[in-house]
Amino acid sequence: MKVTINGKRCETPAGKTILQAAQANGIYIPTLCYLEKIGALAKCRACAVEVKGNPNLLTACNTPVTEGMEIFTDSDRAVAAQRYVVDLALSSGNHDCMICEKSGDCELQDAAYFLKFEDKDFRRGNYPTDIDDSSPFIRVDHNRCIMCGRCVEACNRIVVNGVIKIINRGFDSRIGFDCDDPMGESSCVQCGECTQVCPVGALTNKKSIGKARVWEVEKVRTTCPYCGVGCQQELHVKNGRIVKVTSAEDGSPNKGRLCVKGRYGYDFIYSEDRLTTPLIREKKGEFREASWDEALDLVAKKFKDIIKKHGPDAIAGVSCARSNNEDSYQMQKLFRSVLKTNNIDHCART
Amino acid sequence: MTNWEPILLANVNRPNSEKIETYMRYGGYEALRKALKMTPDQVTAEVKLSELRGRGGAGFPTGVKWGFMPKDAPVKYLAVNTDEGEPGTFKDRLIVERDPHTILEGVIIAAYAIGAHRAFVYIRGEFFLGVKRWIKAISDAYQKGFLGKNILGSGFDLDVSVHRGAGAYICGEETAMIESLEGKRGVPRKKPPFPAQKGLLGQPTIVQNCETLANVPHIILRGGRWYASIGTEKSRGMKIFCVSGNVNSPGNFELPLGTPLKEIIYEHAGGVRRGRDIKAIIPGGSSTPFLTAEKINTPMGFETLQAAGSALGTGAIIVMDETTDMVEVVRHVTRFYVHESCGYCFPCRIGGKRMLSSLEKLAGGKGSMRDIEDLEYVAKGMYGRTFCPLGTGMAEPVLSALRLFRPEFEKKTTKN
Ligand SMILES: Cc1cc2nc3c(=O)[nH]c(=O)nc-3n(C[C@H](O)[C@H](O)[C@H](O)COP(=O)(O)O)c2cc1C
Ligand code: SF4
Ligand code: SF4
Ligand code: SF4
Repeated sequence: MKVTINGKRCETPAGKTILQAAQANGIYIPTLCYLEKIGALAKCRACAVEVKGNPNLLTACNTPVTEGMEIFTDSDRAVAAQRYVVDLALSSGNHDCMICEKSGDCELQDAAYFLKFEDKDFRRGNYPTDIDDSSPFIRVDHNRCIMCGRCVEACNRIVVNGVIKIINRGFDSRIGFDCDDPMGESSCVQCGECTQVCPVGALTNKKSIGKARVWEVEKVRTTCPYCGVGCQQELHVKNGRIVKVTSAEDGSPNKGRLCVKGRYGYDFIYSEDRLTTPLIREKKGEFREASWDEALDLVAKKFKDIIKKHGPDAIAGVSCARSNNEDSYQMQKLFRSVLKTNNIDHCART
Repeated sequence: MTNWEPILLANVNRPNSEKIETYMRYGGYEALRKALKMTPDQVTAEVKLSELRGRGGAGFPTGVKWGFMPKDAPVKYLAVNTDEGEPGTFKDRLIVERDPHTILEGVIIAAYAIGAHRAFVYIRGEFFLGVKRWIKAISDAYQKGFLGKNILGSGFDLDVSVHRGAGAYICGEETAMIESLEGKRGVPRKKPPFPAQKGLLGQPTIVQNCETLANVPHIILRGGRWYASIGTEKSRGMKIFCVSGNVNSPGNFELPLGTPLKEIIYEHAGGVRRGRDIKAIIPGGSSTPFLTAEKINTPMGFETLQAAGSALGTGAIIVMDETTDMVEVVRHVTRFYVHESCGYCFPCRIGGKRMLSSLEKLAGGKGSMRDIEDLEYVAKGMYGRTFCPLGTGMAEPVLSALRLFRPEFEKKTTKN
């Protein structure tokens, strides 16, 4: 489908919205509530654009493109409407960018920046602090919240935990957990999905606060080591240490979701108590470090000895939930056809 | 203008007017008998012919709306809007409390026309008497065989139930009402899809105002052509005007659409209190722009009020005399909308509060020219840019007051 955006000819597949067409062509339209995986909520009204032949400004996030459409994202009228919403959002909360965990990665800050705001162009909100620090991993700063509604959609529709609700209405509306309980006393499972979708610094990861600015980290794509599901995640690494974990939005099987362990349980990597090589127990009961070859040879030898003496059923295997299906399959294959015993089970069953 | 007589309020002053026996004594449910002998399409065609337009505020042609209902959909619903929340409006309440059967008969005919076998009455939670009257009317109608299975032997089935709202103006907006009926938070839905395509529980749904439905039996009995002979070119039929404010006899007056404002205020509502002059008039509920006294001869019709710079809205006329403080009026009205904003979209949620804070400063004598500028900037930015019409309706009175009564705002400022 052929359209023009700001006078530039663009090619876009049918069925796309104006916003998607603009983004695919590298044209910025400010958005505060839009997130691809949640869909257009059309709440913030920041994505105002003009379309030739239509007297009204349209919201780019939920207006489908049509053949030959002439779209203006940068006309005076569109830009004034975009700036208006950003001004309102800035005036509705405490946007203390200097100390905000999200600075540099904030969609509200980006909008103000790309729309070339100057100090005179907006009102600054000044509200009493309203921070919910009750949960172990997530800090909730209600006065940085712009009520974009993404966390509500994410908690209810994506991870389907049904914890976040909108409490009150109008200007007094705010996000709440269960019946407006403190997050730490609610049924929240601390999966952190809400932190991942929050466009501003309202929902942030406590463990990351003060550790690194977004531009200092290197993102490393990896597979979560906790269980056999194999969720795809991104490690945010600064100077060789993980400062934050987020999920990879494009990765299967989790498609952007993580559980509390995958997202927040990364301290074990740096534990002093962590085993880094195999250990063999000496006669006196003391452990000594050994190589993998030596340790595996020893295990094989002991297995053979036991089978010779007591028969194969003297051995049993319990496969671990941290292994994936393929590894568990190999494990039972080893037990049934090599060791010749049916004593094989899985920890999740025991 | 042809001869007319009240139809909507014809019964309300009779003793025991709310009773089904009274209603039937004066010809009630005759229209239903007639309608059930027609085909549903004939009923819709008659309503189209009448050029009846919605009385809930938006003025959409009723018959055209019914025509949008998909014919082949297995499940369809009718929702009856008794939420009446627009300030100045008190007409639906009067009919529901005094003559509920006139609406119920319209409900049954409408359901028959659109093929709905289930209708929901959504009533504003504070209408305690109205709730009772609706429930009683429905149960009496079941008793007489006007509801339930095989109505009057026609083979048509209809069940009606009453759902009380919990006190939110926004739940009068049809899609928010549908959300609320589903037991959810009252927040409007994105349109399209329109309710007639995908409404209550995902099924095609028609939402109709009480007063609109109350017209339907008369259209069926006396014909669409008769109905269309009343009123003006784009505004046909009878309308209840709710007159309040600085008049001697406030109240509901049923008159043909197109009756001039002046006649309504001076002949029916007893003129202005203490013989004062009029400063401003809100012609269609508080979300319609103000008119000044010069517009007093404007006929109360959709097109005529639009030409005069306002709108018919719900037909609620609020008269303000020369002593009225317009800044105070605007502050008061804005406070209502700010309180009632659902908070879904940014301009209404934040802009409303910001306008109110400017207005409070101005009304309290602590405002400056900058507050007037910000008020205008916020209202202009909000106009036409909100998710649902509530936000635009909140900007309307502010913008029109600034246009018509700016010096009053300026006089209130104490600094620059
Ligand atoms: C904010 C808002 C509040 C509304 N409140 C009411 C109401 O209380 N009663 C009503 O009948 N219509 C109300 N409406 C209009 C309805 O959305 C809808 O247009 C109407 O019920 C359709 O019926 P009608 O065509 O018979 O007028 C409201 C609309 C908006 C935007
Ligand atoms: S952490 Fe997960 S469960 Fe808790 S509120 Fe956020 S999304 Fe919902
Ligand atoms: S907490 Fe964040 S994601 Fe949730 S509504 Fe507020 S700004 Fe949006
Ligand atoms: S304009 Fe927006 S915030 Fe206001 S009532 Fe409508 S949807 Fe809600």
